[in-house]
Amino acid sequence: MPSTRTSAQETAIAAVDLRKTYPGGRGRPPVPALDGLSFAVPAGTVFALLGPNGAGKSTTARILTTLSRADAGTAHVAGIDVARDPERVRRTIGYVAQKPVTDPLDTGRENLVLAGRLQGLGARTARTRAAELLDRFALADAADRLVRTYSGGMARKLDVVMGIVHSPRVLFLDEPTTGLDPEARAGMWAEIERMTAVESMTVLLTTHYLDEADRLAANVAIVDRGRVVVAGTPDALKDELRGDGIVVELAAPAPAAGSAGPPGELVPDAGPALADRVTDAVRACSGVREVHLRGRTLRARAESGAAALPAVLAALDAAGVPVASATLARPSLDDVYLRRTGRTFAAAQSDAPGSSAGDDTEATAAGVAA
Amino acid sequence: MTAVVHTGLLTARALRQGARIPVFLVMNLVQPMIWLLLFGQLFRSVVEIPGFSAAGSYLEFITPGVVMMTAMFGAAWAGTAFVQDMDRGVMDRFLTSPTSRGALVASTMVYQAVVAVGQALVVLAVAWLCGARFGSTPAETALGVLALLLAVVLLTALFSALSNATALLTGQQEALIGISQLVTLPLMFLSSAVMDTRLSADWVADVARYNPFDWAVVAGREALAASPDWGVVWGRLGLLALAALVVGRLATLAFRTRQRSA
Repeated sequence: MPSTRTSAQETAIAAVDLRKTYPGGRGRPPVPALDGLSFAVPAGTVFALLGPNGAGKSTTARILTTLSRADAGTAHVAGIDVARDPERVRRTIGYVAQKPVTDPLDTGRENLVLAGRLQGLGARTARTRAAELLDRFALADAADRLVRTYSGGMARKLDVVMGIVHSPRVLFLDEPTTGLDPEARAGMWAEIERMTAVESMTVLLTTHYLDEADRLAANVAIVDRGRVVVAGTPDALKDELRGDGIVVELAAPAPAAGSAGPPGELVPDAGPALADRVTDAVRACSGVREVHLRGRTLRARAESGAAALPAVLAALDAAGVPVASATLARPSLDDVYLRRTGRTFAAAQSDAPGSSAGDDTEATAAGVAA
Repeated sequence: MTAVVHTGLLTARALRQGARIPVFLVMNLVQPMIWLLLFGQLFRSVVEIPGFSAAGSYLEFITPGVVMMTAMFGAAWAGTAFVQDMDRGVMDRFLTSPTSRGALVASTMVYQAVVAVGQALVVLAVAWLCGARFGSTPAETALGVLALLLAVVLLTALFSALSNATALLTGQQEALIGISQLVTLPLMFLSSAVMDTRLSADWVADVARYNPFDWAVVAGREALAASPDWGVVWGRLGLLALAALVVGRLATLAFRTRQRSA
């Protein structure tokens, strides 16, 4: 490894070939969690580990934060070896676990002051810093209420604030928005964006929300089955898919003699023939490929969506099919995931062991082993 | 130094939260009184059995026993705080920060000790109101009470550490129920807390000699006697201190085991 000083300035987190297997217990086979996972995070940036439940994201976070030990491989945080010098790592990082990290029977302020003092701040500094953060994160009104009276969004916001009370150089956010409603999630994203701008620290974010990684992270590593399958900026990952997605919703045809047929079918009676006619017509447009028609939704890909769309609409018009709406979409990380792992993200999520229980699969696996 | 500051901060947190659940406070005070009055009435006449060594009333005999029972039963649940912190991400937060591991264990010991000392004083006061008398001069009584409280603190430390280690290694509240049913309850009956072991089967008296709970009971009872044998008191207190240190150290090591298996 490069020497402590220089690597700390360039690479805030370096994980190399991390491996970890949890014992199965009671005759069950061991559970592989990490299978040679590697990535590097440039200092001062937000980096997302993106993957479905059980992919190994939380295990990685637990190893990097000294909660757990890797079976093999090395990891450095701020240039410090996490296995050799965990105590120095702990003085450098903030960690916001998946589960709430606050004490429900303390007020927001008491939680923050205690966290600051345990991190080595003096009594007065801790109080000042707590007040400043409560203000900045719009929690001042609730500062002196017990945390158990907080809403889910407020409590999670306080969790994140707990992680930065001591201005750590590296912050770990383990699924910061899991379980929040869309409004609270959007609010949390805005807070994290502002926070990373103000505090100039490195953030490692684990998430199974593609849009979250896309929005917050400068770099993304897609994790699947304990390995990084691809890493890069969200745009670079999406660019390699080349081109835009075209989605056209076809209008419902006039009801044929009172029988509307099951919803979602293009034309109940003239089914396959018409469908073929539509797809053929669109395929004939120049620059358009990967044309799929399912129900009334037509999807295609084009080098330049804006250039291809008029031709597609004209072709549909010529085929006598009315159009309800047409949209262009830049490729999403979802598409990247599908291409790299051969599964859609949603399918991977429901494949995850015990995923019916929801979002905490990984936490449970780690918790059992703990 | 850091460990001392952290112990203070974490003990303050435990006390603050304990005070926020007044029902705990009430239960903590009512329970020892129930023990005292229940056992005191139930076995009132055992002092009249020939061979029973106590010089005074049965109430005077069981008061130190009830004090220690209350302390041990309370401390056996000390790990509950750890289990709750582990159920949330609070323990993970402590463990990823420079928080002193020793302070995490010590703070629960100090908290339990504060509660147990408060309970002991209540038990002594109620016993005194019911007619029990301890020591022969006010100075001796005061010294005896202090020695008894020291035994309370050491006994609390020992069982808090045991409870904490169990909580850390299993992460389960159920395991703590096991401690309280399978460890503390038998230890209570295999001691001289409510009965003179000279009147029990010989093996009970033998076991009691190695029972840390009995060390605390004997030390407390001897300290409150009319003419205490201080050698017995300090000997038992020394044994208790040693046991508390060993188990306390094991509890701190449990953090490392936990990390290795996590």
